Amino acid sequence: MELSEHLFRHEAGRMVATLTRIFGVHNLALAEDVVQDAFCRALEIWKFRGVPENPSAWLMTTAKNRALDVVRRERTARTFAPELTRQLESEWTLAHTVEEQFGAAAIKDDELRMMFSCCSPRLSEEGQVALILHILCGFSVDEIAGAFVSSHAAIEKRITRSKKVLADSKKLFDVSGCEDFSRRLPAVQRALYLLFNEGYHGASPEAAVRSELCHESIRLTSLLLQNPLGAKPSTYALAALMSLNAARLPARVVAGNLTALADQDRSQFDQRLAEQGQRLLEEAASGPELTDYHLEAAIAWAHTSAQRSEDTDWATIVSLYDKLMAIRPSPIVALNRAIAVAQREGPQRGLEEIRAIQDVKRLETYPFFHAALGEFEIRRGHLQDARHHFDAALSLARNPMERNFFEQRIRSCK
Amino acid sequence: MNEFVFLYRGGETGRSPERAQQMMQKWMAWFKDLAEKGHVKDRGQPLERTGKLVNGTRKTVTDGPFAEAKDVVGGFTLILAKDLDEAADLSKGCPILEVDGQVEVRPVMKLNM
Repeated sequence: MELSEHLFRHEAGRMVATLTRIFGVHNLALAEDVVQDAFCRALEIWKFRGVPENPSAWLMTTAKNRALDVVRRERTARTFAPELTRQLESEWTLAHTVEEQFGAAAIKDDELRMMFSCCSPRLSEEGQVALILHILCGFSVDEIAGAFVSSHAAIEKRITRSKKVLADSKKLFDVSGCEDFSRRLPAVQRALYLLFNEGYHGASPEAAVRSELCHESIRLTSLLLQNPLGAKPSTYALAALMSLNAARLPARVVAGNLTALADQDRSQFDQRLAEQGQRLLEEAASGPELTDYHLEAAIAWAHTSAQRSEDTDWATIVSLYDKLMAIRPSPIVALNRAIAVAQREGPQRGLEEIRAIQDVKRLETYPFFHAALGEFEIRRGHLQDARHHFDAALSLARNPMERNFFEQRIRSCK
Repeated sequence: MNEFVFLYRGGETGRSPERAQQMMQKWMAWFKDLAEKGHVKDRGQPLERTGKLVNGTRKTVTDGPFAEAKDVVGGFTLILAKDLDEAADLSKGCPILEVDGQVEVRPVMKLNM
């Protein structure tokens, strides 16, 4: 029996979510200990007897039995989930209650409940993302620090602080309340969007880490889509933009190096993800709602569906950026729009659009702003100016991968 | 072929599910390799880390653990090898060595005098 990829991580998320539901959110640490314990047992026993037929079920049963032990042993000393207290106190109802919480549908709800709880307005966005990765995706502090190219200490601090806020919140988020659900949904979508971006645009030079982050955000978004309250057109649009962009990831980062859009080998695009993205985009169009996720997904589709780079429909992309500027204006969106304009109408027009950006100053510290100017100058044949822009980009590079990319562009200015 | 026992001591499982899974996969690969080469007589059993210690003519019973965590035997395997040197060589592939653990290699005594 082979273990499917990342099985332990995914099961860790499920087990913590369900155990926290039983123990109460204030006992999050206890839930994590029980999960750790289940993995230790699995490792020790499976080593000698082999992996069982259904490893997930084995882990869940182990966690369930440990949960029963813990409740029996500590129910006089500890309080557990307030809404389950009565059922857990009596031996008549205890086993049945715990059994029920470990049912397949209940576990899915528990993951959703945890996802919404992690997106509490009392947590910063980066705290929310770190917590989701840690609790629901089973990433250790070191693994998150590696993925974010950040220090262990910084991530540990962020997670410890966020966990404390979560544990102090007394109750997990109630996902059955229609109104509360809809009110919290945008924050959850946003956190998943940021998690995806960390994989797609983030700092890690390791292709495996990036695609893992992208796939985790896709997995969690599909969990959201399985819930009737979560399956909104905006969620479909979010899932579409993730799939369509992730489809291009294998061509975007090759052997730890960034590849410019025009130079990407389109035969490397993931066709399965591209098709999935297209289906999701169609689902997203089922209502009158038009969100920034819809527009970003449509832009991603324009890129992904072009057979060759020169087939790209830049006119459509520019008009999508126009709409995005209307809904969610930002200097970065304006910059991307200017790049699209330059593709359609030439570098001179691109430069004009950049000069017209409001608060263009805020882009001064963004390396790809200088890189965009460099590309325009290359196309105008002003190699000397292009070089200066790429030098500026290089001095702002945030990680080795960006550094390599700008150095390569500088070499092409000669 | 002679028989040997591998005793596994200590070894960190690590705090991360991904690491635990990688560790599991390494153990599976190691055992598979040994078995294919005909070295595994009995894959063996895991042992609980706690137990009882029964002592002396008074038969006093005390609770385990009996040693520091790194010295507790976590399981054993029955191995077939030409001689002690080959058995020791085989143990070098054990994943427990990567996580601060030990393999004790002991020949099983022969019955013939």
